[in-house]
Amino acid sequence: MQTFFIVAILGLGFLITFQIAKASEYVAVLRGEEKARKQTNKVNAFMLLAFLIIGMIGVYYCNEKLKGKILGEPASDHGILVDRMLYITIALTGIVFVITQICLFWFAYKYQESDKRKAYYYPHNNKLELIWTVIPAITLTVLVGFGIFYWYKITGKAPENAMIVEVTGKQFGWEFRYPGKDGVLGKKYFKNVSPEKNNPAGQLWEDKYNHDDVFMEQEMHLVVNKPVKLVINAKDVIHDVGLAHFRMKMDAVPGTPTTMWFTPTFTTKQMIEKTGKPDFVYEISCDQMCGKGHYSMRGVIVVETQEEFDAWLAAKKPQYLVANPDKDPAAVKTDTLNKVAAVIN
Amino acid sequence: MDLWIVSMALFVVSSLLGGLNYISTILNLRTKGMSMTRLPLTIWAMFFTAVLGVLSFPVLLSGLILLLFDRNLGTSFYLSDIVVNGEILPNEGGSAILFQHLFWFLGHPEVYIILLPAMGMVSEILSVNSRKPIFGYMAMLGSLFAITILAFLVWAHHMFVTGLNPFLGSIFVLLTLLIAVPSAIKVFNWLTTLWRGNIRFTPATLFAIGFVSLFISGGLTGIFLGNSTIDIHLHDTMFVVAHFHIVMGVASFFGMFAGVYHWFPKMFGRYLNSTLGYIHFWVTMIGSYLIFWPMHYQGLAGIPRRYLDKRGWVSFNDFPELDKMITIVSIIVFAMQLMFVFNFIYSIFKGRKVTSTNPWGANTLEWTTPIRPGHGNWPGEIPEVHRWPYDYSKDGREFIPQTEPIGENESKH
Ligand SMILES: [Cu+2]
Ligand SMILES: [Cu+2]
Repeated sequence: MQTFFIVAILGLGFLITFQIAKASEYVAVLRGEEKARKQTNKVNAFMLLAFLIIGMIGVYYCNEKLKGKILGEPASDHGILVDRMLYITIALTGIVFVITQICLFWFAYKYQESDKRKAYYYPHNNKLELIWTVIPAITLTVLVGFGIFYWYKITGKAPENAMIVEVTGKQFGWEFRYPGKDGVLGKKYFKNVSPEKNNPAGQLWEDKYNHDDVFMEQEMHLVVNKPVKLVINAKDVIHDVGLAHFRMKMDAVPGTPTTMWFTPTFTTKQMIEKTGKPDFVYEISCDQMCGKGHYSMRGVIVVETQEEFDAWLAAKKPQYLVANPDKDPAAVKTDTLNKVAAVIN
Repeated sequence: MDLWIVSMALFVVSSLLGGLNYISTILNLRTKGMSMTRLPLTIWAMFFTAVLGVLSFPVLLSGLILLLFDRNLGTSFYLSDIVVNGEILPNEGGSAILFQHLFWFLGHPEVYIILLPAMGMVSEILSVNSRKPIFGYMAMLGSLFAITILAFLVWAHHMFVTGLNPFLGSIFVLLTLLIAVPSAIKVFNWLTTLWRGNIRFTPATLFAIGFVSLFISGGLTGIFLGNSTIDIHLHDTMFVVAHFHIVMGVASFFGMFAGVYHWFPKMFGRYLNSTLGYIHFWVTMIGSYLIFWPMHYQGLAGIPRRYLDKRGWVSFNDFPELDKMITIVSIIVFAMQLMFVFNFIYSIFKGRKVTSTNPWGANTLEWTTPIRPGHGNWPGEIPEVHRWPYDYSKDGREFIPQTEPIGENESKH
């Protein structure tokens, strides 16, 4: 019913507009085409000026209305750099935007056709061309300079004390692996991937480093003010680890691991206070179109203190023991006890 | 999917042949007196567009052929370490990033393949309708050339976050932001062309002015995205959607609309209904800014592209009314385009008839042909060209067609 209504209204609007347009053409012929043309010329010139003024007010209004909903304080050290670069660029391009748009619409209005004026024959002026080649070139040099400086800081080597977490994207969710006490992620091979055998990451159990690696899905924990280096993988197609609050992003590519590092500067709890949203969580969004469920490829990051983190991780069982229960000292112990009990009985 | 690849291959071949045709026609079939520096800027833009296409499309074609191999012949150019839905694929050693390189090596020039003809037509239309020569013809040409060269050297700015070597990234930042220089030159020259003109607002002029406005807006946000530091945050967000729709989508369409309104009388001997043209312009202009301007804010808030439902998110759920507004406006703007199509078809048969060969008072050659040109365009000899196409308001004369010989006392420029 609603669709029918919309279509009907559109159709009606269509018809009316067309009839007006046709009629206006006849009227123009009746009134004398030249006179009618001059009339519309004036109207359009005025509308261009009005568009400029209302448009600029609109830009201001839009900014007032939406600025509270964007950005907020960045929650990582790199985020501060990204935001600084962003504000430098907004300032410089903003000036250019206002000046050029005003010139464009003001000239259009001011120099609208008039019988009193003759256009000024002005084909070139090399000095002017030089000026507006050099000024943009200098401005852009500044932007490139700052940009590359921050870029190297952000993409540079991760600090030695950074903790490592492996992030793997798959249709449509996230998997995480922590290296455990040894601080090294064990080797894996994609042909070993087997959720049935409790080996969803494809870890090679022969590799000693794998024995303490902890595997989990959907939720990742980080330590506040401690640098973290993410090793990023994808299982099936290209995904992207998007961390809006940390201002970080890196593609997850099957077959080619990528990395990024940053230091979270606020715990989740602090962010709840800062944003005033009681349900605030850091979210991992997939930013690279990856299929039907792309929009729902959500992960959660909890940033907490070192003690909270240690307690959380200690409660997790290494995947090696999940996949090989016979190697689990705890399980083996209960097993022997059971056997002993059986013998006694 | 395979059929799509084959159809893309056919498309590439046809655009190659078309491009070669443009290049050889422009180089070899100019009329007597039409030196390269007397060509209208529209033709120059077409020429550079064709060069871009001819040099970049083959790379896409090769990329597509490799894709066809991967899909059907068991090769692993792009595939490695893949487990889809629990099924382990045998491929190893390929790189998905390779496809991105091959794709964007065409993909970026393609932006300019779309944009350059619009720039050329806008230059022509602004000059004709402000009754002034285009300002800085040689600078316009030089900047077209610079854009063409740079267009080949910036493709990896789409790949800053693919894990690309940061040093390589910084080179692409430099080359990408360099494009802003010729683009700025073009904008300032268009502005100066309007300055002290005597402007007639035909629908074509309005669309040309709209093009310049949108090109400024969309071009400036390119400076954000071309800077890898900012791109880390804005990559694949709504900001990108806003940027490229404004600059490559709407702006190019505006250039094309300007061209259609301007040359329609030449094509069909009738005018498009200009009242509809004005309505078309204003609805589209206002609508485009309403749709795309607020999207920048969504992008700054980190909202990813191509999310059909954001209700499951805590971070991205702040703009429901805005999304509604954008949807409504885009339906209206789209309906307006249908109106344009209708106007186009209706006017071919029922439009107001053109009564003179040169209704806009333009200098270029096409307006010296009969109202309805026959085969070969001119009934007799093809005309000779004696001057550049932008002698408007020179020596007190409103316009001097290219076919008119230089007068004895004519001032030089
Ligand atoms: Cu994904
Ligand atoms: Cu590009």
